[in-house]
Amino acid sequence: MNGTPAIELRKINKRFGPVHANRNIDLVVKKGSIHGIIGENGAGKSTLMSILYGFYHADDGDIVINGNKVSIPDSKSAISLGIGMVHQHFMLVDNFSVLENVILGAEGGARLAGGVDKARQELRRLEEEYELRVDPDAIVQDLPVGLQQRVEILKALFRGADILILDEPTGVLTPAEADHLFKILEVLRDEGKTVLLITHKLREIMAITDTVSVMRRGEMVATRETSQTSMSELAELMVGRSVLLRVEKEQAQPSDTVLAIENLTVTDSRGVQVVKDVSFEVRAGEIVGIAGVSGNGQSELLETLAGIRRATSGTLRIGGQVIDLADRIIDPAEMRQLSMGHVPEDRHRMGLVTSFPEYENAILGYHHDPEYSNGVFLDLAAIKKTAQTEIERYDIRPPNPLLKTANFSGGNQQKIVLAREIERDPQVLLVGQPTRGVDIGAIEFIHKRLIEMRDAAKGVLLVSVELDEIRGLSDRILVMFDGRIVGERGPDASEGELGLLMAGVEGEAS
Amino acid sequence: MFETLILLLDSTVRLSTPLLLACLAGLYSERAGVVDIGLEGKMLGAAFGAAAVGYISGNAFLGLLAGIGVSIGLALIHGFASISNRGNQIVSGVAINFLAAGLTALLGQAWFRQGGRTPPLPEGGRFTNIELPFAEAVRDVPYIGPLYGELISGHNILVYAAFAAVPLTWWILFKTRFGLRLRAVGENPAAVDTAGISVIWLRYRAVIMCGVLCGFAGAYLSIAQSAGFIANMTAGKGFIALAALIFAKWQPRNAMFACLLFGFLDAAAIRLQGQEIAGIGEIPVQFFQALPYVLTVILLAGFIGKAIPPKAAGIPYVKERT
Repeated sequence: MNGTPAIELRKINKRFGPVHANRNIDLVVKKGSIHGIIGENGAGKSTLMSILYGFYHADDGDIVINGNKVSIPDSKSAISLGIGMVHQHFMLVDNFSVLENVILGAEGGARLAGGVDKARQELRRLEEEYELRVDPDAIVQDLPVGLQQRVEILKALFRGADILILDEPTGVLTPAEADHLFKILEVLRDEGKTVLLITHKLREIMAITDTVSVMRRGEMVATRETSQTSMSELAELMVGRSVLLRVEKEQAQPSDTVLAIENLTVTDSRGVQVVKDVSFEVRAGEIVGIAGVSGNGQSELLETLAGIRRATSGTLRIGGQVIDLADRIIDPAEMRQLSMGHVPEDRHRMGLVTSFPEYENAILGYHHDPEYSNGVFLDLAAIKKTAQTEIERYDIRPPNPLLKTANFSGGNQQKIVLAREIERDPQVLLVGQPTRGVDIGAIEFIHKRLIEMRDAAKGVLLVSVELDEIRGLSDRILVMFDGRIVGERGPDASEGELGLLMAGVEGEAS
Repeated sequence: MFETLILLLDSTVRLSTPLLLACLAGLYSERAGVVDIGLEGKMLGAAFGAAAVGYISGNAFLGLLAGIGVSIGLALIHGFASISNRGNQIVSGVAINFLAAGLTALLGQAWFRQGGRTPPLPEGGRFTNIELPFAEAVRDVPYIGPLYGELISGHNILVYAAFAAVPLTWWILFKTRFGLRLRAVGENPAAVDTAGISVIWLRYRAVIMCGVLCGFAGAYLSIAQSAGFIANMTAGKGFIALAALIFAKWQPRNAMFACLLFGFLDAAAIRLQGQEIAGIGEIPVQFFQALPYVLTVILLAGFIGKAIPPKAAGIPYVKERT
């Protein structure tokens, strides 16, 4: 693996207004290797890769590809330099066929007819060479995410990519699909391609990469041979201090049932059953985790319990009340009155109004409480006081309740939502993806708060696609697949075991 | 009875033509993700431009070119506001409608001093009807004669152009590189951008195509169907075309049928005006005028299949900063 490096970056700088997203970045990537780039959210990994792919321009610095200094003003030039990218959010046209997606931008002529035939042959060749099997005529939206990702890889290879950048590729995959992806990446490396893997998951770095570079707050802080480093060293480099990778907690002391769901079925707007006959209960003093690959009904389940989505049938028991969900619509305000707090999965879409100042978000949903409102006017002084208290208690930074919520980082935004829901002292807390897009430091904090909730004899229902989070926090783990709960396991269940359940392999055994 | 039907269908074709041209115009724009509520304004501007130049030059083709020019100009304003500057597409479209309504009346009065009208066009200044070969010869053959001689033959060239534009649009959309990219940019512009294609230039081209077809539609109104411009002569046709586009689920062939249906309703309304129908009585003309909108609302409410617009329609493209 000698010779000129595939990629060499020298002193790359990129600023977005006051944010210095990339600061004097140096990076050397060897040809024919899998090179990992790890860092917390907001460390500047994606920005750096976007510069390499021509999505953004660097303010200064040099890019050297295969020994030649180049400029990459747009994606087109990146493609012609042999750089391909698989984005975190797939860049696919959902209602196009695989073939149409692959040829988009590389059609080979003003009329499609000729190019399509050639592309079909080329796809067949790529399929055989890299074991990337996909039906070229399938419509992308009908494919499972693992296959959609394969289409993205095929797109890059079809354009003759020698350098493949993958941005957080495993976020949407089951463990089995992720393993399959890693096999593909190994084949690609063995065929002489260079792979750049962007991730925040330490385990992936250790499992697959040859070399790893660590980014922190816009700077490249270290590069290591993967075989010469360890998870804890990398974690420390990422955060800049030593971190606990494992949540510390006492044995749970569950008591009475605080939330029970029986035979819950939910049908979505397309008329598809997304939650199928689900029953379970949550007791005071325990965290029940719902594991599953995203899109298997967990989100809909959570939304239904929160009163955002209507159920087709099922009963809900909470706070001494029995509610027949088929009969009537519960709404979020009613759920709050029944002492249920809800930290939604997507804080931007449901948890916050990001254009509001922090203090308004601190009471959103509770703004009718007599504490904050007399029915006509809001008591702004009381609201600001609450906000200030929560800011201090949750170490929300910057500590300014008047600041627009959009200007807080992801971790701090999440803390605003968490503070609002926990501080109302609900009996049951629904939490969706509590640490999505949150840096490691804040993750530690949020996890501690959830354990505290549990230890205060509250019931916590946790939905997360991060298996580590589920395993670290939950006292019982329910696995959802295709709208059903396919198994229940204890917190000591192995990742492999849960992974199989999540993939529906042991669908009947529970 | 057969004669009546042929006459009714004949006027259906005439009334459908401007709808069809405008509908296809909207199709290019919306398929590329640019919602265009300004079809009406572009048609009106084109109608005025075509009539003014047709009157001055006495040449219908120059009139048509002028109409297209005006329409493209308005389309580019819409493009500049909504593509380059990522403004709200509805607001920009509404502004175009106001702009066209006001400017045509104002300039018409300033230039021709006939209350916002253009003077009647001279002979060469408008498109006249074309007799297809053998139309005269088969006239007396039963059924085929009227069918060919009345319904198919004897329209002006813009009518034929409009109906030829249907398969042409289909071919461009589904069989060419431009069409593939156009459809892609209306669904997921980020996919187009990352494939190394300029989203902005692609959307501008779509908007220009829209301008060209609206130019045809407007010119048809003022220098083919009638012989001059009258203030506000589009009378909501741009909106009906937009309704037809939704009704057609953004498909060229469906667009033709939707426009023919709406044209037929219009023709029937004219035909039945003031006539008593046994058992029902006189049907108010407004009933027919409202029908296209009513049908569209029923469709949107999900009673006749589902109309799913291009996913990125109406959303300006901003590169994500992550």
